[in-house]
Amino acid sequence: MDSKQPVLSMRGISKQFDHIKANTDVDFDLYKGEIVSLLGENGSGKTTLMNMLAGIYYPDKGQIAVRGQEVTISSPAQAYSLGIGMVHQHFKLVDVFTAWENIVLGEGGRYDVPRAKSMIRDICNRYGFVVDPDKKIYNMTVSEKQTVEIVKVIFRGADILILDEPTAVLTPQECERLFDVMRNMKEDGKSIVIITHKLNEVMAISDRVVVLRQGKNAGELETASTNPQEMTDMMVGHAVTLDIERPEPVNPRKRLVIKDINVTDAEGVPKVRDVSFYMNSGEILGIAGISGSGQKELLEAIAGIQKVDTGSVIYIDGDGNETELIGMHPQDIRELGVALSFVPEDRLGMGLVGNMDISENMMLRTFGESHKWFTDREKPRKVAENVVDVLEVSTPGLDTPVRRLSGGNIQKILVGREISSKPKVLLTAYAVRGLDINSSYKIYDLINEQKKNGVAVLFVGEDLDVLMQISDKIMVLCDGRVSDIVDAKKVTKNEIGLLMTSLGGEETIAEGADSHNG
Amino acid sequence: MDNKAKEPLIHLTKRGQIPLYKAILIRIIAIVIALIVCAVITGLTTGINPLEVYSSIISGAFGSVRKTWITFQDLSILLIISLALTIAFRMRFWNIGGEGQVLMGGLGAAACMICLGERIPNAVLIILMIISSLVLGAIWGFIPAFCKAVWNTNETLSTLMMNYIATQIVLYYTILWEVPKGSGKIGIINQNSHAGWLPQLFGSKYLLPIVVAAAVTAFTYIYIKYTKHGYEIRVVGESPKTSVYVGINVKKVIIRTMILSGALCGLVGLILVAGINHTLTPTISDGRGFTAVLVSWMAQFNPFAMIATSFIIVFMDRGAGEIATSFDLNQSFGDILTGIILFFIIGCEFFVNYEIHIRNHKKERER
Repeated sequence: MDSKQPVLSMRGISKQFDHIKANTDVDFDLYKGEIVSLLGENGSGKTTLMNMLAGIYYPDKGQIAVRGQEVTISSPAQAYSLGIGMVHQHFKLVDVFTAWENIVLGEGGRYDVPRAKSMIRDICNRYGFVVDPDKKIYNMTVSEKQTVEIVKVIFRGADILILDEPTAVLTPQECERLFDVMRNMKEDGKSIVIITHKLNEVMAISDRVVVLRQGKNAGELETASTNPQEMTDMMVGHAVTLDIERPEPVNPRKRLVIKDINVTDAEGVPKVRDVSFYMNSGEILGIAGISGSGQKELLEAIAGIQKVDTGSVIYIDGDGNETELIGMHPQDIRELGVALSFVPEDRLGMGLVGNMDISENMMLRTFGESHKWFTDREKPRKVAENVVDVLEVSTPGLDTPVRRLSGGNIQKILVGREISSKPKVLLTAYAVRGLDINSSYKIYDLINEQKKNGVAVLFVGEDLDVLMQISDKIMVLCDGRVSDIVDAKKVTKNEIGLLMTSLGGEETIAEGADSHNG
Repeated sequence: MDNKAKEPLIHLTKRGQIPLYKAILIRIIAIVIALIVCAVITGLTTGINPLEVYSSIISGAFGSVRKTWITFQDLSILLIISLALTIAFRMRFWNIGGEGQVLMGGLGAAACMICLGERIPNAVLIILMIISSLVLGAIWGFIPAFCKAVWNTNETLSTLMMNYIATQIVLYYTILWEVPKGSGKIGIINQNSHAGWLPQLFGSKYLLPIVVAAAVTAFTYIYIKYTKHGYEIRVVGESPKTSVYVGINVKKVIIRTMILSGALCGLVGLILVAGINHTLTPTISDGRGFTAVLVSWMAQFNPFAMIATSFIIVFMDRGAGEIATSFDLNQSFGDILTGIILFFIIGCEFFVNYEIHIRNHKKERER
C-alpha cells in the first residue's frame, strides 16, 4: 500500500460492443498488496474492464500499464506473462481431469509431474488452500473447483489476481475460508481485485472500493471510512433504502401441502428424501441449503417437470377445493396458478431461449393457454413492455435477442415474466443470483407485493442475510432431507449454517462459523 | 514510452446488428469477386474467353422460353425440398433424408397410377395419389423422428440410411412394374390415357410446380413465424431444457415436425412423377435432397432467402450443362465454377458477422 507506483494502472479505457458502450474513459489503479473491490450494478462494465486486463477483450481506447511499463494485452497468455490472472465467474476446467492436470494444463514444454505437484502443495500450504491434487474435477464441490482455479492462477505466476464474483456460489463458511486465503495472499504481496455485489463482503475483505456506474468511474472509497449505504448510493447514483420489509402475513391459509416427496435422478441417486412441508397464502417460505441439496428437484417436482417416486402435492384453492398435482401436465399445473422461476447458473438454460427476443420469451408462458392455431403476439409484447419498464431492463429494444443482454437483465426478464403471470403459488429459486443491489431490491419488493396479494411464495436463496430478512419461515435442506423448519425472525445465521451442513444441526463445526457482518 | 509493446495489426470484433444494405453489399461484392476468380481460372485452364462462357451459362438457363420455364420448374422443385428440410432444421433436427422422402412420395404416386389408373375416375385417382405420396413421405420422416424421440438416436445417420432403403424399394418396384419386360425401366406411365397425370395450369405444363412452390414458401414462412407449432419448433431447437420447463412435449413436437417435413418431400415426389416425368426411376430426385441442405443453410433458414439461394444453384447447374455442350468441356467444369462461387458466397458470411480493424498508423503517431 505504501509504495507510490501502482502495480497496475488503466487510463482512459473505453470499450464498445456494437452500439453499447461498456466502458467509457475508465481509470483504475491497483497497488501492491491491496485488495480492491470493484463494485457496480449489472451491466456497469466491471467484468468487461477486467476482461481487458485478462486479455479476453482488447480496449478500443486507453492505456494499460503494469509496474510502470505501458503494455498491450492481446491474449490471456500475454496477461499471464505480465503476472495477471483472472478467475472467471464460470469455471474453465476440464471435468475429467484431476486438479493438478487442470493446473498445469497449457504450460508449455514437458510436464514434470512430481515437481508440479510439490509446487501445488507449496502454494496450498503458503496460503491455506485445501485441495487434493489428484481429485477429479467432476468429483469436486463448487468451492473446491474455485480453489483449483485460484491455485491455477497462482501456479502460473500471477501476482495480480482478478476474482469475478467468487462468493456467488459459496456457503457462508466457504466464503470465510476464501477470505482468509485472500488475506494471506495479500500479506504475501499479491494484489487482488474482487468483483462483487455483496456489500458486507466488500466491507469485510477490501481495502479500497472502486465504483463503476454505466461504464464510467463513479467514485472511489476507502473501505475503513465508508458504509454500505454510501456505496449503494454511489453505485446507483441516487439514494436507495437498504431495508427489506417483512409485512405480517394477512389471513394465512394452507395453499400447498407437500407430503413425503421422494425424487431420484436419472442415475438413480436420491435427490429429495421424504420431504414434507406446507405453504400458506400470504407467506414467504425461504429455503436454505448448500446448492445441490435437492432445491432444484423439489421445485421441479411441484411444478410437474420432475418425475416423483412417491409422495403427494396437494393444491388448495381459495374455496378449499383440493387438487393433487402429482401426475398433472406442467401446463395444467401452471394454469392452476403455480408459477416456477428457476434461475440456473447459466441463467439461460432453463426458462429462456437465447436467440429469441424479449416478447417471444414472454410468449413461452402464455402460448399454450389459448387453443388457436396462431400465437397471440400482442399480449406477450405488452407483458414485455411492462417488465422492461418496471424492472428497468436495459435493452436496445423488445426485438433484441435476450442472449445479447447482460446476465442481470436476462434474469429480470425471467423473474418478471413469472410474476406477471399473477400466480397463486410462486416458486422462485435464486431470483437475485448475480443481480446488483438496485435490481435485487426491486425483485424483493415485487416478491413482497405478491405476498401481500395473498400469493404463497417459496423463495430459494443463496444469501442468508436476505433469506432471513424476507422469509417468514425458513426450511433448511441438507442432502435432500429437511434439516429443520425454523422461524426466520428468531433464527441466527450461524444456526442456519449448521443446519445446512448437518441434519438437525447436531454436529457443531467450530471453524469459520462466526458470521461476518459488515 | 519507447519500449511500447506492439499493438496487433489486425483484430476482429463480432458485429452486432449490421444494416441490411451493408450485408447485401458484402454479398454482392463476394459474387463479383467470385466471378472474377472464375474468369481467371477459365482463361488459364481452358483458354476460352470467360465472357463467352458466362454468356453461355446465361443462355443455358434463359436462352429460350422453354429453357426459362424449365429453370423455374427446377428452381421450384429444389425450393420445396429445401423448405421441407428447413422446417426440421429450425428444430435442429438434421434431416438429410430428403432424397428418400421424395422417392417414397414418388413411389406412392406411381403405385396409384399403375395399379388404379384407368380403373377409377381420374379425380378420385389424383386424390388417392396425393394422399399416398404425402403419407409415404410422412412415414419416411416419422421413422427417424420416432427413433430420435424415444431412443435419442442420431437423426443424421438414420435419415441418411432411410435414403438407401427408399432407393432399394423403388428399384424393386421398378423391376416389378417394368415396361416392357426386361428393359429395367417403368417407362411413361399411362402414356395414352394420361390417367393420374397432374393437370396443366392455364395450359402451361410448367406452371404447377411453380405455384405449389410459391404456396409452400408462404406456408413455411407463416408456419414457422406465426403459428404455435412453429413457435414450439423454434423453442425445441434452441433450448430443449427450456421446452421441458414450459411444458412443451418435445417428443411430440419432433415427431409432428418430421411428419410434416417428410410429407412436403413426398409432395415433391408426387410432382416429379405425376406432373413432370410421368415415370418413376430410383434417380428421380437427382441428389436434390442433399442440395437442398445447402440451399437451406445458405439462406440461414429464411424461406424467402431460399428463393435466391436455390436460384443460384439451379442457374449454375443449368449453365454448366450448357457450357459442357457448347465448348466441348465436360459437366465437371461447370461444377468447378459453381464450387468457386459457393465458396465466396459462404465465405463472405464471415465479413457479415465480424468487423476487421486494421491498425491505423497515422493515429498511432499523433499520440
